[in-house]
Amino acid sequence: MIDIVDLHKTFGENKVLTGINLSVPAGSTCVILGGSGSGKTVLMKHMIGLLHPDSGKVIIDGEDIVPMGVDDLQRVRNKFGMVFQAAALFDSMTVFENVAFPLREHTRLSEDELYAKVRSKLDLMGLKREVESKFPADLSGGMRKRVGLARAVVLDPKIVLYDEPTTGLDPITTDYVDEMILAAQQGLGVTSVVISHDISSAFNVGDQIAFLSKGVIVAHGTPEELRESQHPAVKVFLETWFGKN
Amino acid sequence: MTTQTPSKPAPSEPGLLAQSVASFGKGLIDVVSTIGGVVTLAFDVARWSVRRPFRLQNLFAQLDFVGVGSIFIVGLTGLFTGMVFALQTSEAFALFDAESLVGPTVALTLTRELAAVFSALMVTMRAGSAMCTELGTMRVTEQVDALETMAVNPVQYLLVPRILAGLFMVPMLTILFSTAGMTGAYFVAVGGLGISPGTFLTRTQQWLEPVDIYEGVIKGAVFGVSVALICCYKGFNASGGAKGVGQATTEAMVASALSIFILDFIVGIVMH
Repeated sequence: MIDIVDLHKTFGENKVLTGINLSVPAGSTCVILGGSGSGKTVLMKHMIGLLHPDSGKVIIDGEDIVPMGVDDLQRVRNKFGMVFQAAALFDSMTVFENVAFPLREHTRLSEDELYAKVRSKLDLMGLKREVESKFPADLSGGMRKRVGLARAVVLDPKIVLYDEPTTGLDPITTDYVDEMILAAQQGLGVTSVVISHDISSAFNVGDQIAFLSKGVIVAHGTPEELRESQHPAVKVFLETWFGKN
Repeated sequence: MTTQTPSKPAPSEPGLLAQSVASFGKGLIDVVSTIGGVVTLAFDVARWSVRRPFRLQNLFAQLDFVGVGSIFIVGLTGLFTGMVFALQTSEAFALFDAESLVGPTVALTLTRELAAVFSALMVTMRAGSAMCTELGTMRVTEQVDALETMAVNPVQYLLVPRILAGLFMVPMLTILFSTAGMTGAYFVAVGGLGISPGTFLTRTQQWLEPVDIYEGVIKGAVFGVSVALICCYKGFNASGGAKGVGQATTEAMVASALSIFILDFIVGIVMH
C-alpha cells in the first residue's frame, strides 16, 4: 500500500531524512515513533505529497507520487484522509461544514444524503447534535481532534494519516482517540499511519511500529519485536515508559 | 632564553560599511525574491482561474468583502478629498480670477490619479490586511495543508477569488471615489465659495474627457490586482506563528502601498 524507498530531505543545512525505507501493508496500522524533532511529521507530509523529497520514492498503491504533477497528485490524495496535530479545522466554518467540506468538494450528494453521512461520522466520534453548529474556537482540544478525525474519514478513504493524534489530550480522551483509530481500522478497513511520541498509545493502536532516529528508521516490527530491539536509541526511548529491564 | 609566540589576533568585527552593504544586499535579495514570488503567483492564479470548478460562491463572498464592505470608507474618503481639494484650489485660482477652473481641476485630478490611488490604499488597509492575516493564520495553523490533503487546490480555492475581487472591485470603488469627490467639491465650490453651479458643471464637462475616466479605472484594476497579489503572497507564505503572521502583514502593507505609487507612475507613462 505505502512504500517509502531511500527518502532524503534536507532543509537548508539541516538533514532531516537521510535514507528512509518503510513499507506499510494494506489494512495495517503502522505507528512511527520517535522523539521530538526526529522528522516524523516531515516523513508523513511526504506520504501525501505536501513536501517534495530531495531524492527517493514514495509509492502509494504502486504509483510513485514524487514525479507526479498537480492533477495526478490530487487523484492520489483522494485515497487519503489526514488528521492534523492541532486538527487544522477551518475556523470560518461550523463543525458540520468542516466535516461536510470533503463531501461537497468530491461528491454530488443531496443535502439530505450529505447530512446523514456527516451525522453518521459525528456519531461514530461520539459528537452530539448540539456540536454541529459550533465553530472550532468554541470546542475543547479533544473535541477538535474528534471533528478532525470525522472529517478525515468522511469520504471513507483507503489510507488515514494521523499526526500526533493524542498530543495534549488527557488520558481518558487519549484512550478515546486510540479507540477511534482502532475502530477506523477494524470498522472501515483503512490503512493507518500514526505519528506519535506517545509510547502507550503507540503500543495500543499499532500492529507494527517503526522507530525514527536521526533521519532513518532504526527499528521496525511488531510491538513485541520493538520491545526486544537492542538499538540504543530505541532502548533509551522505551525505558522511559517500560522502565529498565 | 624564552621565546614568545605572537598571539593570534582576534577575528575583527565587520566594519560599518560592510554591515551596511550586507544589509542593503539582503534587502535587495528580499525585494527581488518577493517580486519573483508575486509574478509566479500571478501566473498560477491566471492558470487556476480558468479551470473548473469555478467557485462562484467564494468569488461573490470576496466581491462583497472587498467591494461592498469598502463602499462607506471609500465614499467618505472621496467626499472629504474632493471638499478639501476644492477649498485649496479655489484659494489659489482666486489669485488670478480663475475660480471657474476649480471644477475641472478637481475632476481631472480625481479621475486620473487620486481616486485610483486613494481607493487602492483604502482597500489595502481594510481588505488587504485582512486577506494577509487570514491566509497567514490558515497557513501557520495547517489549514492550507488540510485543503491540499483533501485534494483541493489552495490557490484556486483561496487566492483566485481574492485576486479577482481586487481586479473587479477597485475600479468600481475608483468610480465611486471620483463621484463622491466631485459631489464634495461641488458643495464646497457652489455652496461655500459662491461659484455658480452652471460654471462649475459646464467647465467640468468641457475639460473632462472619457479617456480621463478610463485612465482611473485602468489604474484601479492594476492597483487592485497588485495589492491583492502582494497581500495574498505574503499571507500564503507566512511562517513562524503569530509573530510571523504579524510580520507578513506589515510587509504586505508596505509593499502594497509602494507598489501603488510605483505602478501609478508606470501606468501614467504608458497612457500618456
